[in-house]
Amino acid sequence: MNVRAQISSVFHLDKCIGCHTCSVACKNQWTDRRGVEYAWWNDVETKPGAGYPVLWEDQEKYRGGWTVEGGRPALRQGGPGATLARLFHNPALPVLKDYYEPFTYRYQDLFDAPAGDDQPTARPISLLDGRPIDIESGPNWDDDLGGSPVYAAQDPGLARLTAAEREQLFEVERLAFFYLPRICNHCLNPACVAACPSGAIYKRGEDGVVLVSQDKCRSWRMCISACPYKKVYYNWSTGKSEKCILCYPRLEVGEAPACFHTCVGRIRYLGVLLYDADRLAAAASRPDAELVEAQREVLLDPADPAVAAEARASGVSEQVLEAARRSPVWRFVKEWGLALPLHAEWRTLPMLFYVPPLLPALAGPAEGDGGFFTSLERARLPLRYLAGLFGAGNTEVVEAAYRKLIAVRLHRRAAQVGDLPPAAAAGALAAAGLTPRQADEIYRLTALASMPERVVIPGLAREEQTEPTADPQRQYAAGFGFLRPPVGR
Amino acid sequence: MSWIQDLVSPRERAWEDLYRNRHQHDKVVRSTHGVNCTGGCSWNIHVKNGVVALETQALDYPRISCDVPGYEPRGCQRGISASWYLYSPLRVKHPYLRGALMDLWRAARAEHADPVAAWASIVDDPASRRRYQEARGKGGLRRTTWEEALELVAASTVHTLKRHGPDRIIGFSPIPAMSMLSFAAGSRFLQLLGGVNLSFYDWYCDLPNASPEVWGEQTDVAESADWYHSKYIVSMGSNVSMTRTPDVHFVAEARHDGAKFVVLSPDFSTSAKYADWWVPLHAGQDGAFWLAVDHVILKEFHADRQVPFFADYVGRYSDAPFLVELEREGEAWVPGRMLPASQLARYAGEEHGDFKFLLWDEASDAPRMPQGTLGFRWQHAKGRWNLELKDGSDGAALAPRLSFLGAHDARYRVAFAEHAEGKVAHREVPVRHVETARGRVAVATVYDLLFARHGVSRGLGGEYAKDYDDAEAAYTPAWQERYTGVDRKDVIKFAREWATTAERTNGKCSVIIGAGVNQWYHADLAYRAAITGLVLCGCVGRNGGGLNHYVGQEKLAPVAPWAALAFGLDWAKPARLQNAPSFHYVHSDQWRYEGAADLSHLNQVRAPGGFTAGHTLDHQVRAVRQGWLPFFPQLDRSPFEVVRQAEAAGARTDQEIADWVVRQLREKKLRFAVEDPDAPSSWPRVWFIWRGNALLASAKGHEYFLRHYLGTHDAIAAGEAARGEVKEAVWREEAPRGKLDLIVDLNFRMDTSALYSDVVLPAATWYEKDDLNTTDMHSYIHPLQAAVPPCWEARSDWDIFKAVAEKVSELARVHLPRPVRDLVLSPLQHDTPAELAQRELRDWAKGECEPVPGKTMPGLAVVERDYPNLHRRFISLGPVVRKAGLSAHGLTWPVADLYDELVRDRPTVEWGGERYPSLEKAAQAADAILHLAPETNGESAWRAFKAEEEKVGLPLADLAEKTRGVRLTFADLARQPRRLLDSPCWTGLTGGGRTYSAYCLNVERLVPWRTLTGRQHFYLDHPGFLAFDEALPTYKAKPELAVLRDLDATADRRPSVTLNYLTPHGKWGIHSTYGDNLRMLTLSRGIHPLWMNDEDAAGIGVADNDWVEAVNDNGAVVTRAVVSARIPRGLCLLYHSPERTVGVPRAPSRGNRRGGGHNSLTRVRLKPTLMLGGYGQFTYAVNYWGPTGNNRDTFVRVTKLEGAPRW
Repeated sequence: MNVRAQISSVFHLDKCIGCHTCSVACKNQWTDRRGVEYAWWNDVETKPGAGYPVLWEDQEKYRGGWTVEGGRPALRQGGPGATLARLFHNPALPVLKDYYEPFTYRYQDLFDAPAGDDQPTARPISLLDGRPIDIESGPNWDDDLGGSPVYAAQDPGLARLTAAEREQLFEVERLAFFYLPRICNHCLNPACVAACPSGAIYKRGEDGVVLVSQDKCRSWRMCISACPYKKVYYNWSTGKSEKCILCYPRLEVGEAPACFHTCVGRIRYLGVLLYDADRLAAAASRPDAELVEAQREVLLDPADPAVAAEARASGVSEQVLEAARRSPVWRFVKEWGLALPLHAEWRTLPMLFYVPPLLPALAGPAEGDGGFFTSLERARLPLRYLAGLFGAGNTEVVEAAYRKLIAVRLHRRAAQVGDLPPAAAAGALAAAGLTPRQADEIYRLTALASMPERVVIPGLAREEQTEPTADPQRQYAAGFGFLRPPVGR
Repeated sequence: MSWIQDLVSPRERAWEDLYRNRHQHDKVVRSTHGVNCTGGCSWNIHVKNGVVALETQALDYPRISCDVPGYEPRGCQRGISASWYLYSPLRVKHPYLRGALMDLWRAARAEHADPVAAWASIVDDPASRRRYQEARGKGGLRRTTWEEALELVAASTVHTLKRHGPDRIIGFSPIPAMSMLSFAAGSRFLQLLGGVNLSFYDWYCDLPNASPEVWGEQTDVAESADWYHSKYIVSMGSNVSMTRTPDVHFVAEARHDGAKFVVLSPDFSTSAKYADWWVPLHAGQDGAFWLAVDHVILKEFHADRQVPFFADYVGRYSDAPFLVELEREGEAWVPGRMLPASQLARYAGEEHGDFKFLLWDEASDAPRMPQGTLGFRWQHAKGRWNLELKDGSDGAALAPRLSFLGAHDARYRVAFAEHAEGKVAHREVPVRHVETARGRVAVATVYDLLFARHGVSRGLGGEYAKDYDDAEAAYTPAWQERYTGVDRKDVIKFAREWATTAERTNGKCSVIIGAGVNQWYHADLAYRAAITGLVLCGCVGRNGGGLNHYVGQEKLAPVAPWAALAFGLDWAKPARLQNAPSFHYVHSDQWRYEGAADLSHLNQVRAPGGFTAGHTLDHQVRAVRQGWLPFFPQLDRSPFEVVRQAEAAGARTDQEIADWVVRQLREKKLRFAVEDPDAPSSWPRVWFIWRGNALLASAKGHEYFLRHYLGTHDAIAAGEAARGEVKEAVWREEAPRGKLDLIVDLNFRMDTSALYSDVVLPAATWYEKDDLNTTDMHSYIHPLQAAVPPCWEARSDWDIFKAVAEKVSELARVHLPRPVRDLVLSPLQHDTPAELAQRELRDWAKGECEPVPGKTMPGLAVVERDYPNLHRRFISLGPVVRKAGLSAHGLTWPVADLYDELVRDRPTVEWGGERYPSLEKAAQAADAILHLAPETNGESAWRAFKAEEEKVGLPLADLAEKTRGVRLTFADLARQPRRLLDSPCWTGLTGGGRTYSAYCLNVERLVPWRTLTGRQHFYLDHPGFLAFDEALPTYKAKPELAVLRDLDATADRRPSVTLNYLTPHGKWGIHSTYGDNLRMLTLSRGIHPLWMNDEDAAGIGVADNDWVEAVNDNGAVVTRAVVSARIPRGLCLLYHSPERTVGVPRAPSRGNRRGGGHNSLTRVRLKPTLMLGGYGQFTYAVNYWGPTGNNRDTFVRVTKLEGAPRW
């Protein structure tokens, strides 16, 4: 057993309102700079939809993630040999138009326009070269089913549905959508790390955060095509790749990452998961339908004394262990099986998990005969579509999560109002495999948890990191001037 | 896996400091966004190197209780993009002046040493006036100095005071709660001047008139945490998950705790996506849906089976048991007035007996007079204005009879108009006969009339509904199908779930409601239909229950001291407060484009003629004359001049001046300005705009503003229609263009209003000034603070108006050196005895009664203005507060010692031999408010409750006992948001970890609502409402294109599609704020697009992101289309509200002029019933009562833009 710690996340999609506060928080903090104007480390997509960059889920086009070859995971875009061959021409790389051309406006014209015969207006211009442009794409172009006949209709996940099912998804009283906020998954088996010819990408030992070293990156951009989630971005100004850093400077001071802190829908949970690194390769090599379960199996119970002992032996700190025992992510992912990985079939073992959204029931007269709450039978989005996102095609794991979500609500309704047949709640709990106590706990963590319960950050022992480079005779880390001297000093 | 290595080596990871450096900041300062969103979110502003780097939400709201989700984090995508503005190219960094005016001004100043003379030389010359007016909005702004700008503004102000009078100087700023001192800065300046503040809540069409109609309350709602207690949440006309971003998690959390969330919405909105049940009803038809729901509730939960909780509730807390006299009308009977106690021998001699109403007591089997009605509120003997079920004369316990069914003397056939179907239904109603001063009359209970109105027969004869499937009878589930498109089965299921939940939980059902219902012409009817469903099920005044109206309703919690300070009432009363809808309808000449017939089509009545007849302007003039509504300018001459003339005629005292004015008005030697609105003597002259986008975002009829106010270009195609149609006002053949001499805009961004103004003054952003913020979405108070000093040449609103006041005082020492007497006209005011003024409709101008100021006509007051000391008064908290105490909602309590504490302990200013608490700095003003307000000073709260106790006669001060020692300061708020204390100025109860829900005080402590009966009203007892057939909940047809005639003058270019045009609140802006910033534009589509259905789009050859032109007679909009299947056919959405300043091409159908904004396609239509006044809850208060600027009854024609857009 090789126990390691990973700071992991759960996004509760039933609570997501698609507001993008997270996106702006991240943009303000990290990518409001030349070279990464187009980069949104955190973005929020409407599903069904084409996403950002457009059609990023289409791995026929982008060749991201892993396949299984000879019982072992292999990069879909090819191993080191193939990488070498494509160093100077990588056809799977997204180009600017797959993201969007960043724009701004000639706001200054409003002040400077000379007296004329009509009102001035600030024309849109390219943020790259200042020329007037026609804005035809953006990082959130198909928000709320905007352009549904074009964009939602292209969603690669719809390929799993019949033609009739696809068609009815675009009738006003049958259509549905939900939001999918995305950041880097800080995977256990990150394709970007494996693909980097320079060895510039690494997982941090203490928290599993995946980083692109801005010292070592040589702009080969193999990480960009290798990442199936398209969450590594090329900074055209510095010539380095950059990506979500899970706000490690905030984690290191005990603050939630910016997108977690600012999540006004209160959908985001963060906590430590322990896993057995020795079992990753096997887990990533299982058949698609078993991948969700395989990923759960590599997670280790922090309350288990044997696991704790192994963890200590592997160098996991006491603070991290303690945090792991309070981890809300552990409860959602492992204990309750409510949170599921996104596109597990790409085999990167993503460590961001999603509680699937309760879906609207069908509208119109049919509701007159329907039940009190959402039911799986009457959900607007076919389960096969959801299984394509959250179950690697396996509808059973998605259904199991839904049975629990629905059972919790029926249980609470019975307790709070008591207007439903008593058997309904009990039956739903039994079918979902939940005890009333578990249902209450799920409800509490979903509804009542405050920030310190939603986001549990371990102490990260920064002094150990700074010790080798610090002068112990002087003030430890907050010296006058530069934390890191400028080049040449 | 060998290729995945965890890296721990510190040396190789030293580069990580790169991002750590980016994250570092030097300080964090608490502030918020003074923007009109009602969010009231506390934010931490991160400052690095003296520059604002970014903002994140504060997480430190004190938790209300551990079994309610917390408020952290509050703040949305828009708020978090605010820092973009500070250093952006859109920032107004310096003062600007319109070039054409600058040239004129400098030339005039070269010629005239006196700035006032210089200004006069410009505006007295029609040619020079036209020159800069026509240049408005067309570029040519030039940078100027503060000195020059202030001098010009002050000179125009002083000139206008002298030439036209103070009531020609107006100001507009919305929603004070979001930054209450910034608002107060301008309003204090204007009111000390004698100027006019325009209202906003009604103008924005956010005022839900049903709230004063039913509850006598402007608006009071639950904080969002209270939703969590609700077990059945209905959202209608509201898109909470898009527009209530920081609150909507409470809905999700309530759902996970067993609540059902139902959304009524025409489109598959983001809230519908979030709901258990989406009811896709047709736009603007929510009222029909609820009337049918009420039909089912009445039948199944009040008639077939009586739910004891419901029956008890409506008997205690509503007007259901009150008696209505039936009146003969031909063969049938119609509901008339509520029977007053004065008509009964038993209650002869009762003070205000015309305003004490009767119910039928079961025990004595007689009509009796319960406590708590309006007469008890204003009578001399206090202590019987409460909801105890006792007879107000002898204290006997009363048991109200709800229905006469089974105990009736007779059944009368009562006529009910079904306007939409153009018929009258006659239905039997059980009545009792009562001997009155006028002989025997028949009375029915409101409860019985409610059954009859909804067609629920209970075995009675007449044209009642046969069953739910009877589509011909109003208001059955089958009947509503044709209007709503909703299946009858859904209505029945909804009603049963609703009422069952309420029965099980004692009223924990709630309605979230907003602009999507409130911004229609007949919005108050739709609201009343929903409120009926709430009250019938005991859901009002409960945690988890109630009508939660969330649009523009920001709550200024410390209202009493704030109002004193904001309206200069610490120096003189009354203030000049104008309802903006009437003002703009009249002054921007929108009335000229409307005919008399338009009103009769919009608002159908059973018996046309009489009171309901005429042009909307006729109703408006009558409302002013009778004191129902204010109107400024008041008279056809300066109010200074009026006083001078009265004095010249021998008047000495204020009373003699008033008497002279009344005589002159009666003899028509003196006229109201509204009677000749286009006369130059009636024009507003100088307009201050701050904190708002008065010329576009809120300017219903924006193009009419451009034509008639500004005198610049416009895109109107409509023809005038009022010639010969208006009886009460003068028609002038030539409509004036360019009424305004000067428009001054305080702004931090170059928005449309700034672009069209003459003077643009650089205002501090929300991160550069100190201020206070409250909202009704939560129950905390917290500050805005200067994280950095005002950037470039910006100044806070407080400092700007202070500077203008100083300059005005300086010029006044020459031009207005002595105190001036000013005559102020004010309408009959709510929460005063003027609620007893006009029981009947009688017009003194027609000789129907005597003109009596404050009774049958506006009140008249003489106020002394002191312009040389204007600035000193501005910065000093005046002595009237100390002497008169604080007042709100008809309550007054003493605060002299608190005032003295301010003088003793806080900074003061000294002049004229007196010391006053200093208001020189905004933070000082904040501390003064906090020290006086019951919501932040426990002693003040205790005293206010004591005052309320006296009026009500029941114990209340215990509510403030535990927190009597609380004293909050601005410094406290800087540390942490603080929860507001309970206060009788509001109606929720929050002690002991409770969430705020409206009217708990009324239900639990038996404090009456401020209505005629003191109860919640199903029945609106007013002759005007009776004439318009709106006394009972009713359905009136949604006006269609043929009625609205939006496209009469607009040529059709085919292929086109005609769509109902809706402007709901959107995702990427708060009105126009944020919508022009790069973050929000990037996350949307770089433009404010028109959302339309895919089939409607295909029909006119429009693909997603194509350019389209939307036009009607009012103007034109050019934008891109978003084509989506989530929008139903027949309507389009242009989310509120785009600027014309960002990315708007020219409009081919209007001469290739710049395309307009969303309000280029609107104009207002005022509803006459909302102008009524002087009786009970139908009595004016600003932002409280009056017609609204409704805007959803609008159609546009959409075509594809040919070729490339022209810039």
